[in-house]
Amino acid sequence: MAKRIEVSGLNAYYGRVRAIEDISMTIEPRSVTAFIGPSGCGKSTFLRTLNRMHEVIPGARVEGKVLLDDEDLYGPGVDPVAVRRVVGMVFQRPNPFPTMSIYDNVAAGLKLNGVRRKSLLDEIVERSLRGANLWDEVKDRLHRPGAGLSGGQQQRLCIARAIAVEPQVLLMDEPCSALDPISTLAIEDLIAELKSRYTIVIVTHNMQQAARVSDRTAFFNIAGTGEPGRLIEIDDTGKIFTNPSQKATEDYITGRFG
Amino acid sequence: MSVMTGERGEAPTGGGTLPEISFRRRAADKVVQALVYAAFVLAIVPLVSVLWMVIGRGLERLDPTFLTHSMNGLSSGDEGGGANHAIVGTLEQVGLTSAMAVPLGVLTAVYLVEYGRGRRLAKVITFVVDVMTGIPSIVAGLFVLAFWLLALGFDYSGFAGSLALAILMLPTVVRATEEMLLLVPGDLREAAYALGVPRWRTVCFVVLPTALPGIVTGVMLAVARVMGETAPLLLLIFITDAINANPFSGPQGSLPTFIWYQAGDPNPQAVERAWAAALTLILIIMLLNLGARLLSRLRKPVSR
Repeated sequence: MAKRIEVSGLNAYYGRVRAIEDISMTIEPRSVTAFIGPSGCGKSTFLRTLNRMHEVIPGARVEGKVLLDDEDLYGPGVDPVAVRRVVGMVFQRPNPFPTMSIYDNVAAGLKLNGVRRKSLLDEIVERSLRGANLWDEVKDRLHRPGAGLSGGQQQRLCIARAIAVEPQVLLMDEPCSALDPISTLAIEDLIAELKSRYTIVIVTHNMQQAARVSDRTAFFNIAGTGEPGRLIEIDDTGKIFTNPSQKATEDYITGRFG
Repeated sequence: MSVMTGERGEAPTGGGTLPEISFRRRAADKVVQALVYAAFVLAIVPLVSVLWMVIGRGLERLDPTFLTHSMNGLSSGDEGGGANHAIVGTLEQVGLTSAMAVPLGVLTAVYLVEYGRGRRLAKVITFVVDVMTGIPSIVAGLFVLAFWLLALGFDYSGFAGSLALAILMLPTVVRATEEMLLLVPGDLREAAYALGVPRWRTVCFVVLPTALPGIVTGVMLAVARVMGETAPLLLLIFITDAINANPFSGPQGSLPTFIWYQAGDPNPQAVERAWAAALTLILIIMLLNLGARLLSRLRKPVSR
């Protein structure tokens, strides 16, 4: 299932402003890759280029290549909608659909793409909620509004919704930043389970979290305000946090700036 | 440990570290409060007095005969008679108006908010809608009179009235829907896109349902406004005392024009009918409003 991502020479723009410059990296399948770096360094922008969500913003565009197992996401004629079915995403703030029940939230990706068979939907909803460690908490109230859950449950609901469409890759943009420590732990445990089946990329401001959950860590930085963000280095998480090859990385993780 | 507390029970006033609210601020608070209440009373007075008058005088004649009979064959000084032809006319005309203006208005707003952001066409449409909001109803009536009746040669009909009403209703619907769509968080659109849901399905199944209660309210306000519109109808549906259930052919009644003609009549029986018709109009609008609210509430996920 999980696929390898190879990025080469990637630039992303908001109108005329270049947000990230010349990024190349390989993201391994069945592993967790964490993006760390100061605010505004382009981590989230880069993450959003990996499922063509960047171009949703008016005026935003991308140059460069993102290969998903040799298939270029930005190749001519590639349908961004199809890309997003393969590369799912979980956002910073939990955002369940407010008009839908818990069940319908999880089934949304399938229903909105034409899956109608009740038995199939039931099965996928249960599997996804179990996959997101939420099933036991919500199985008796599947038809209640999704917005009635706690923040941590809502975020797991969003993860269930994302994995219900069976993507190859799961992108997470600071998935725990709006959650309390206990919910954060639940999500981190979930990430550890999910990595056996998916390629996971997580943006985080929490370096302990990066150290806890990720196999590889990429450090991004900007030279100054108005400058584009760059990839400083990417390596095994252990190495980044103990013996980084770049001075800037060491300064950042030891708290000397940022 | 350095927190100042009354350790031996005394209040922590010592030396005025936390001064009381000054006289000036308390006075200002009272004055503004009084002004707000006064404004509220001023605003509610016309509403209450209108309702009081209409209910009080309207109830005298609002009986089954009034609702089920027309004025056919009666002269204005006769007792009895009713507004059935006017009720039928108004419901059909406003129904046709809504059938034209609501889909067009909602789709226009969807284009403006979901697709046209920052585009030239969207700016032009917004400008035109703003201009349309300011069209006096009599001008809309005259336009349809000149265009539909005189230039194209159609006859007086309920539908001609609906055309003018639709012109008046359209900008209200566009504006209300636009506001409501703008309130839908971008997060939800992105959440749907990230699931690989195409844009149009996102609009249909995520954005519109989320905004639905607000859109319904906006549409009902527009319906209420249009339902009481009189001037264009006087020009376009002509006048009849008989029931004409076909809005596409021949003169039709309507509640506003019925009120207009009856209230202008010197006979007290006619004036009574005008009050009853006014009450009927208010009741119809209220019922439609309630119905629409119930409908939009049914769409929310039910708790089982």
